[in-house]
Amino acid sequence: MSLELIDLSLTAPGASAPLFAPLSLVVSPGETVCLMGPSGIGKSSLLAHIGGHLPRGFTASGDVRLDGESVTHLPAEKRGIGMLFQQAQLFPHLSVGDNLAFGLSAQVKGKVARRAAVEAALEQAGLAGMADRDPATLSGGQRTRAALMRTLLARPRAVLIDEPFAALDAELRAEIRSFTLQHLQAERIPCLMVSHDPDDGAAAARRIALG
Amino acid sequence: MRLAGAILTLVIGAPVLLGAALTLATGFGWQPGLGRVALGWEGFAEALAAPGIFTSLRLTLVTGLGAALLSLAASIPLARWLVTRQSASRWLTPLLAVPHAALAIGLAFLIAPSGWAARLISPWATGWDLPPQIVTLGDPWGLSLILGLMLKEVPFLTLMTLVAAAQRPVAEQMAAGRALGYAPGRVWARIVWPQLYPALRLPVLIVLAFSLSVVDMALILGPSNPPTLAVRILRLYGAPDPAQAVPASALAVILLAVMGASAALWMVGERAVARLGKALIRNGHRGASRRNWSGAGLIGAGGLLAIGSLGALILWSLASFWRFPDSMPADLTLKRWASADWTGPALTSLTLALISTALALILAMLWLESEDRSGKRLPLGALIVLPLLLPQIGFLQGLTTGFLWLGLPPGPVAVTWAELLFVFPYVMIALAGPWRALDPVHLASAASLGAGPTRRLLRIKLPMLLGPICAAAAIGVAVSVAQYLAVLLPGAGRVQALATEAVALASGADRRLAAILALMQAALPWVGFALALAVPAWWHRNRRGLRGGVA
Repeated sequence: MSLELIDLSLTAPGASAPLFAPLSLVVSPGETVCLMGPSGIGKSSLLAHIGGHLPRGFTASGDVRLDGESVTHLPAEKRGIGMLFQQAQLFPHLSVGDNLAFGLSAQVKGKVARRAAVEAALEQAGLAGMADRDPATLSGGQRTRAALMRTLLARPRAVLIDEPFAALDAELRAEIRSFTLQHLQAERIPCLMVSHDPDDGAAAARRIALG
Repeated sequence: MRLAGAILTLVIGAPVLLGAALTLATGFGWQPGLGRVALGWEGFAEALAAPGIFTSLRLTLVTGLGAALLSLAASIPLARWLVTRQSASRWLTPLLAVPHAALAIGLAFLIAPSGWAARLISPWATGWDLPPQIVTLGDPWGLSLILGLMLKEVPFLTLMTLVAAAQRPVAEQMAAGRALGYAPGRVWARIVWPQLYPALRLPVLIVLAFSLSVVDMALILGPSNPPTLAVRILRLYGAPDPAQAVPASALAVILLAVMGASAALWMVGERAVARLGKALIRNGHRGASRRNWSGAGLIGAGGLLAIGSLGALILWSLASFWRFPDSMPADLTLKRWASADWTGPALTSLTLALISTALALILAMLWLESEDRSGKRLPLGALIVLPLLLPQIGFLQGLTTGFLWLGLPPGPVAVTWAELLFVFPYVMIALAGPWRALDPVHLASAASLGAGPTRRLLRIKLPMLLGPICAAAAIGVAVSVAQYLAVLLPGAGRVQALATEAVALASGADRRLAAILALMQAALPWVGFALALAVPAWWHRNRRGLRGGVA
């Protein structure tokens, strides 16, 4: 599986010039590419556009392809592109286990099998036995790992990461980052990350400056 | 602080409790005025032996629970449609401001067999040259009543949903759910809306209580023989034999029990739905992504009914002659506006609204300011909730009797006080949020300049809160103008306001006068809301930081 961006360009609502020069890029399976650039240049908007979440008012040109198939005109939920947000966005009214169950692909059928898949994912993330916990009681690192598992259980064709490690403590950041990137690599999922943290860039296979 | 609490309890709490207690006592046969002081269950037996009583009970349950349930169900896709279209949600306010009676009369003129809707499609589409022999208004299942209630309650619940949604990261959660492959409608219904529901519970229970006990709408749109429980109680109270007050009060107590049981049933239902929802969340089905047709469709249908109702009122008020299948009156004239006596009731309604709203504002400010000065919250939440959750018919007649004993005969003063019981809670709800959210830095800096509490109130708080105060006043006027029972019972025929006159004429022969009265009843709140927007905007025209005070 690969994620391909072709001449992608964005213009903010009311602006006349695009936010950055047209971007072309191929992210191969299991590869992590880090987009670097100053704040305000539209990194988050670019990810939102690739994922299909761009707010009304933006104009976009270019094409987003997964395995050569254009997804630009599909709604977000049809693209199969998972997202990890800056705030983990665990749903606060669901338990940790139900958050993961909500993510788990519907192809896994049967109550028992689904429950087992969730338990296995929690264990992989070092969260064994925490299925019934309130997400608000998790630490920042646990929350990020739970959000990653929720995204992976949905079996995405690509994953976008919007500075998910910025909110973590410095020592925890490296650990959670390598945990996340290793999992994506193991599942052969192409990953596009935006950040202005040089350490994020160093951990990625390639760095691309947006401008 | 103590004084403020005592005043509020005496002015708002005491009348509600007095009225409810007297209704309860009367229900058990206590009528000292008639020399009866022995208590017994005869009133209940008599009330339950009346012919058709169980049909009335069924009607009350079907219309009350049905209207609340359908309104809540309709508000879910509607709020999803509006949450990304903030400018469109402004159109909810005019519909919220229309009094129930005015809307019911307009809807009746639209959907009656001889109504405007039938005229618009006759005879070319239907072949009707005479009004058809079909039952729309007053149908035996109360469907017209449910529709009328929904037109008022869906906008209210939708607005409450949008207010709750504004405090949550809705866009981010929608994106998170869609990135997991879920159709937007599912993310809204299974992830976002359940988080908003706790904030909707009290509004929903108020809607449920109102739907189960509504009188004015049920008189116009509901079946008349047998009618709903609330209408039946009103008829018994109006009977010439004062002994009928006993079964009437007994029935009011039964209605209260029905409302309590319905609320309990609702809360059991909440749990069942929550369990079902959890199971659905766990099964992982993504749903088909479709356009939000139900949201757009509800907007269209609701808008059409609202505009049609208003249009029917305007046309009837201007019609001199309107034969059945004609889609428009033969000619439009202001003759009826010039000759009919609508100014009297309009002035009465306006006066009642201004006085009760002014009193409600003073009480609300008294409450909030005394909280500010003592640094503690007043534990008086029941004063806000009680008048809205109890059936009006259950304590207003008792209150009228109580007023009489205390030397206050039926008349304008008693009506104003009764209206205040309903105006105050809404004014308080509207004002409390902005008042408590006022940045304390402004007050601290005023204090450091030597301004005492009174000066801070008059020179800082009130001017800065001009927008919210005007908005609260507009809500107060709208609530007051909409009151029907609070005019009818404590007024005892001596106070003729728009609501009572319009409802009295609604089913009668004079459609033109009924339309004029209903339009005036709708116009007063609209003028109020327009002024609530205009006055602060003009006052603060050179103060950019204070614009947009009206929510």
